[in-house]
Amino acid sequence: MEVIPLTVHEISKNIQAPLTNEVVASLNAGDMVLLSGEVYTVRDVAHRRLYETLEKGGKLPIDLTTATIFYAAPSPTPPGKLIGSIGPTTSYRMDFFTPKLIEAGLKGMIGKGNRSQEVVAAIKKYSAVYFGAIGGIAALTAKCAKKVELVAYEDLGPEAIRKITMENMPLIVVNDSRGNDLYQIARKKWHVIC
Amino acid sequence: MNLEKKTKRTVRRIDCKRITAAVKKLFIEANTDLGEDVIASLHGALKKEESAIGRHVIEKMIDNAYIASQDKMPICQDTGLAVLFVEIGQDVHVVGGDLRQAIEEGVRQAYCEGYLRKSVCDPLLRNNTGDNTPAIIHFNIVSGNGLKIIAMPKGGGSENMSAAQMLTPAAGAEGIKKFVLEKVSQAGANPCPPVIVGVGIGGSLEQTCILAKKALLRSVGEENKTDERVAQMEKELYADINELGIGPAGLGGRITALAVNIEMMPCHIASLPVAVNIQCHVARHKEATL
Repeated sequence: MEVIPLTVHEISKNIQAPLTNEVVASLNAGDMVLLSGEVYTVRDVAHRRLYETLEKGGKLPIDLTTATIFYAAPSPTPPGKLIGSIGPTTSYRMDFFTPKLIEAGLKGMIGKGNRSQEVVAAIKKYSAVYFGAIGGIAALTAKCAKKVELVAYEDLGPEAIRKITMENMPLIVVNDSRGNDLYQIARKKWHVIC
Repeated sequence: MNLEKKTKRTVRRIDCKRITAAVKKLFIEANTDLGEDVIASLHGALKKEESAIGRHVIEKMIDNAYIASQDKMPICQDTGLAVLFVEIGQDVHVVGGDLRQAIEEGVRQAYCEGYLRKSVCDPLLRNNTGDNTPAIIHFNIVSGNGLKIIAMPKGGGSENMSAAQMLTPAAGAEGIKKFVLEKVSQAGANPCPPVIVGVGIGGSLEQTCILAKKALLRSVGEENKTDERVAQMEKELYADINELGIGPAGLGGRITALAVNIEMMPCHIASLPVAVNIQCHVARHKEATL
């Protein structure tokens, strides 16, 4: 069922991470949310490591069940601050690894840019959700981080897995658990030429 | 008998330490202080954008630029690959070390001491080089005795959406526009629109890419002043791109591009090289002349 938001810029829903199945089911493409709770920063190399660990049947350094992953690597933390500037990196680079992580229990993903058909299929099959965060407003986004903890892959430097407790992080639902795609809906609405 | 008056050319010595210091300062500043022309362009986009979410996104971009400058925090966490354009006057004598190493040292210091993210790795192993080097340095020898350094931190997301192709000459201006439009369309939300689209036409395979990147150094809103045909193509592409509907952050809207800048030069009679270098809205470059 295609949901066409009347206007995307509506009052935001407050949601908590880790996400419950009820919350995931309640979200629709185009919903604005303010997310509070724990997210894990995991991007390129960390994804490969998690994927390979799952393939080998090994123990993951983080519990993926109900987890929300933020595709991000912050800039170094300046003195007196909790974290450097932080924002989403482009999600398609993680597409190859994502269906397996969703199958293993991953519930939420935060990034930017469209996902592959395989990822959208996994989102539908296992009931997950993909949020878009605005890219390039990283000094602002950093202000949402209330607690930062290095949890795994420290050798990756900026790409290490960090657990960040976010407060009211503004996000928009891009792919909901029914497979609706905000980018497609929005482009159909606004394009004059294809 | 007339004696030819010879113009006395002064050879200027420039010490490597000055070059290192300048490069360090430029990369830190470029990452915290967005150019006035880019900010003005975002304000202009805000007035033109019809999509409510699009306006919301642009407002956040403007707020972020202000906060980054106030708090001396990077505008974007991707503080970029260190790209430089260095124009050396032919009457400059660089002393006190190796010029390339002095530049690399400046980059190293900026990224290691300036709280900038090290984002450079081995292409195959993917292990981080640890200091954001090597830098990508485009040297040019010019007349005079000045040394001009342009620091251009370039993020990976927008760079990944860029492309070059050797078109068939018969493709012409229409073929070029089709190629550029296709690339921007395919990129969608990935390069963090609204984008600045740099286009290179002519030269050779590598030269056309450099033209496309150089095109991104132009002040936002300034059209190509050397060729009317190019200025016309810029206008047409700008209009077409903004009809794609991608919008700010790809969430739908009228402003997908802040500008389209094209640089053109002659090429081989058998070729039509074209390159598109996409720049996100965090368009960063600072320059200094020593």
